[in-house]
Amino acid sequence: MSEKKNGRPMGGPMGGMGGGGEKAKDFKTTMMALLSYMGEYRARVVLVMVLAACSSAFSIVGPKLLGKITTKLFEGLMAWYTGTGLLTDFAYIRKISIILVFLYVISAMFAYLQSYIMSEVSMKITYRFRKDISEKMNRLPLKYYDAHTHGAILSRITNDVDTVNQTLNQSLTQIITSIATVTGVMIMMLSISWAMTIVALLIIPLSLIFIMLVVKKSQGYFKTQQKYIGEINSHIEENYSGHNVVQVFNGEAEAMVTFRTLNHELYDSAWKSQFLSGLMMPIITFVGNLGYVAVCILGGYLAVKKVIEVGDIQAFIQYVRSFIQPITQLANISNVLQSTAAAAERVFEFLDEEEEGSDEGKQGEPESVTGHVEFKQVHFGYKKDKNVINDFSASIRPGQKVAIVGPTGAGKTTIVKLLMRFYELDSGEILIDDRDISRMTRSGLRSMFGMVLQDTWLYNGTIRENIRYGSFDKSDQQVLEASKAAHCDEFIRALPHGYDMVINEEVTNISQGQKQLITIARTFLADPKILILDEATSSVDTRTEQLIQKAMEKLLEGRTSFVIAHRLSTIKDADLILVMREGDIVEQGNHSDLLARNGFYAELYQSQFSEGEE
Amino acid sequence: MIRLIRYTDPYRWGILIAIVLLFGQATCDLALPDFMSDIVNEGIASGNTGYIIQTGFKMLGVSLIGGVCSITVGFLAARIAAGLCQQLRIDLFEKVESFSNSEFDKFSTSSLITRTTNDITQIQTLLVMLIRIVFYAPILGIGGVIHALANSKSMSWIIGVALVLLVGLVGLMMMAALPKFKLIQVLVDKLNQVVRENLDGMLVIRAFNTQRFEENRFDQVNTDLTRNNLFVNRTMAGMMPAMMLIMNLITVLVIWVGSNQVSAFKLDVGDMMAYMQYVMQIIMAFLMMSMMFIMIPRAQVSANRIADVLETEPSILSSKNAVVQTQPYRGVVEFRHVTFAYPEAEDPVLHDISFIAEPGQTTAIIGSTGSGKSTLVNLIPRFYDVTAGQILIDGVDIRDMKLEDLRKNLGYVPQKGILFSGTIHSNLAYADKNASEAELLKAAEIAQALEFIEAKPEGFHSEIAQGGSNVSGGQKQRLSIARAMVKKPQIYLFDDSFSALDFKTDAALRNALKKETGSSTVFLVAQRISTIMTAEQIIVLDAGRIAGIGTHQELMETCQVYREIGLSQLSAEELA
Repeated sequence: MSEKKNGRPMGGPMGGMGGGGEKAKDFKTTMMALLSYMGEYRARVVLVMVLAACSSAFSIVGPKLLGKITTKLFEGLMAWYTGTGLLTDFAYIRKISIILVFLYVISAMFAYLQSYIMSEVSMKITYRFRKDISEKMNRLPLKYYDAHTHGAILSRITNDVDTVNQTLNQSLTQIITSIATVTGVMIMMLSISWAMTIVALLIIPLSLIFIMLVVKKSQGYFKTQQKYIGEINSHIEENYSGHNVVQVFNGEAEAMVTFRTLNHELYDSAWKSQFLSGLMMPIITFVGNLGYVAVCILGGYLAVKKVIEVGDIQAFIQYVRSFIQPITQLANISNVLQSTAAAAERVFEFLDEEEEGSDEGKQGEPESVTGHVEFKQVHFGYKKDKNVINDFSASIRPGQKVAIVGPTGAGKTTIVKLLMRFYELDSGEILIDDRDISRMTRSGLRSMFGMVLQDTWLYNGTIRENIRYGSFDKSDQQVLEASKAAHCDEFIRALPHGYDMVINEEVTNISQGQKQLITIARTFLADPKILILDEATSSVDTRTEQLIQKAMEKLLEGRTSFVIAHRLSTIKDADLILVMREGDIVEQGNHSDLLARNGFYAELYQSQFSEGEE
Repeated sequence: MIRLIRYTDPYRWGILIAIVLLFGQATCDLALPDFMSDIVNEGIASGNTGYIIQTGFKMLGVSLIGGVCSITVGFLAARIAAGLCQQLRIDLFEKVESFSNSEFDKFSTSSLITRTTNDITQIQTLLVMLIRIVFYAPILGIGGVIHALANSKSMSWIIGVALVLLVGLVGLMMMAALPKFKLIQVLVDKLNQVVRENLDGMLVIRAFNTQRFEENRFDQVNTDLTRNNLFVNRTMAGMMPAMMLIMNLITVLVIWVGSNQVSAFKLDVGDMMAYMQYVMQIIMAFLMMSMMFIMIPRAQVSANRIADVLETEPSILSSKNAVVQTQPYRGVVEFRHVTFAYPEAEDPVLHDISFIAEPGQTTAIIGSTGSGKSTLVNLIPRFYDVTAGQILIDGVDIRDMKLEDLRKNLGYVPQKGILFSGTIHSNLAYADKNASEAELLKAAEIAQALEFIEAKPEGFHSEIAQGGSNVSGGQKQRLSIARAMVKKPQIYLFDDSFSALDFKTDAALRNALKKETGSSTVFLVAQRISTIMTAEQIIVLDAGRIAGIGTHQELMETCQVYREIGLSQLSAEELA
């Protein structure tokens, strides 16, 4: 009832019952891992289980006692009819009633206590899961993110963690309660009449057979339904996101035809799976009623024969009723546990991913940096079997400008990523001021660098916070100076709330160019020794473009810089040009050297103007 | 939900039958305790075994009828829900397909997707529940009360007490928890937002060593979320035990009061036993109804989101009295004092734009972001309609043409290459189903796509994943260009379609294109000045106004804005 709505589409009405769901690769290990992850909470979980069992036990006694009252009443009535005794033993009824109230209250208290503790435990564990995942994200090498989509990681932190939470919060105690109830009820029933118990127990295999039959049949339709939901969703997604293309190519009619076909298939499997999974309840109810009738007939017969008493029939009926629900729950439990294990497994897999190498015992940020960068026989490949950088060596003196050029997709950012140790070299070394970067701590190394990328990154905070990002100890005055140096001050002041304007979630309340300027201001504030710049040319208006260029030039002064260059002016006066092609550095030198060599660079340079000469 | 009520029209009979059957089911369910009461009162008391068995079989029969009713209702509910949602989905999809960009902007694409997918699935699930439970609960509840009253009027106050207690309990819990539900949703979104920001900014975070800062930011939201969730869970933790307690205590009460009545000969023992079960059924019915209060608002939200879309009329429609195009367009495109403002925007994006684009010529459009370049081109296929002025093709206002005719003559290449799942072949043939292999090959060649297509093991039959995610940005653009080439339209619209291409490919493509587009009218929006330098006509836009029209040479001399753009990208001698 308290099902949370986290944007997760709801399953069928029976939840996972017909869904089948996914299975964990290694159920046992995952469950053990989950158990050990609970750590300090394990004791409390045990307590919860005890409480749950007690709560069920106490409430199970109820019907039997109620039955005793009924019997007493009936006997009194019979005795009165035959004139052999007291009409009603009120003292006895009062006594039993008080016991009953007492039992029910205790049972409710236990149940409440149990849920109360369990909800705390499950929330705390959920909290820890999320925290661990978020911290893990920062320790994973970038390589990991090349192979995994953002969506997959997001779904771990939300859906998977949520599934585990739900199981801990509800299913776990449900299992205990169900088992306790079934056992307790069985004992109580046996204590009344073994014959009636056998009849009642016949319900179990009977309902299980029906449940299995229905589940097996509906699972197939559920899978088909899932399949068509997937297909129809992607059809919708691509037609909506490519709406303009659909329109211009007059593709609406064709899209509609495909849609109708998929939609009809979906309809077909949807109603069948819905209907079949909906069969469960009536069938179970009917089987339950069968039991009910059987109990009435047999009970009536036995009561006439004085083997049992009238109240026992009443108690028995209640037991039979409370018997059915836990059994359907238990029938579903393996599904729940399986999908929990699958979710937990994914989370653990993520948490167990190999992290970046340890920084322990390495040097931190050096006192002063001159900015001398040297590459020595660097080899690197994103994938083991495919090297992209082969034997690259270069020496860059402090304050020099390196331009990296090449066609799109040539891997121009690779060098930058190696320099900042986002990736580790396969062999060779990179030295900064003659110190091997792999011997420095990552944070020490990276604090020497400033980076302005084409994909500007701002977060949902104020402009001031965004400029101060990474240099949290700088004063407002310094922020202002950096912002002036980056030519931001003027436009920021013109914005509503100025420096305190909050960047919205989609980062759409300032323009692309303004974003770029803010990231430049951020870098000014950080005042790094070595700069990495990605010159962006697209999506910026002329005036802002000029401001950005001016700001970048100023930023470059006196710093060693690596520029992913798009402008010829930048390329021409670079001290070193690295020409990239298909991942590798194919040529290096300055502009005139490279032109004279008449190789790939010369070709690249000239092609741009070939048409102009026609 | 009321807004979608007409969708139930085809199922009016089905729903009616379902309700009748639900009555049947309730009658059967409620009859069982009566039979049991008979067994006790008549059978056991008098030791009549035959009567017991006879009544037992009656019970079985009744129970079977109840089961059949319930299953039939389930069948009807499943058919109705799935059928209704099938129709809803079709209507929604059709509606969205007819939308112009204004409506897409209004709802946002991702929201339209969720509305067509999740929201409808939500409705379908809830509809089944609605029919099977929500309709059933009042019938069962009222039936239970009637039966209970028939059994013993003097104990009816107990039912009142039970209901008051339950209403109070549920109300209290809801009041405490409901506001938190909303807050939790906000926090969940916030949590996702931080994670997404972290993933997007991975490089920046590491470069600036701000991992700790980000972890704290996440922790704040996480703590907040945990606290609120804990509150709600604890509140809800009380719900079930409290309800069970109420139910159990009411049973004791019935027994206590009942036994007094029995001793006073106002009630039979069997009736008292039956009474207990009626009270249970009434309480169960009430619990089902309280579920309604959770479900209906949820369905309401989805239903409203769907109805909002269905009730929106597309702002751009095909002209009703359009002249059917009989002869091919020449392709003279004229903008006559065109002004355009986005819906609900205060300031126009384009002011008083007038120019003529001739067939066989390239009209390039350059200018800063926000200057309205793309907007200008988007007006030609009528993604938006002009606010004032008119656009004419061969002297006919495009609003007086059939949309289909107009678009048939346009070859549009969007900024981001948009591909559909399928194969390279199916994507190119999207423009013209009847295009021959040779035509596709040629188009790919012109678009400089042939090389990478042939490098793939399956060539033209290589899979394209959804959204074209398995090809690079540059390849997507080239395939989009090739697709437009297959169409062989009279008017080409390139909306910054070369941005992901390197200089070399860009140049080669333009060369090949020039030969192919021959007598067509070409619109070319670009950022790079080198891309447009050779165009016959260059329109320089600045803040939505034309800052200059002319050739490269003319503009270099006369247009300040153009010179600025030029100098920011190339050196003076390159521009000359």
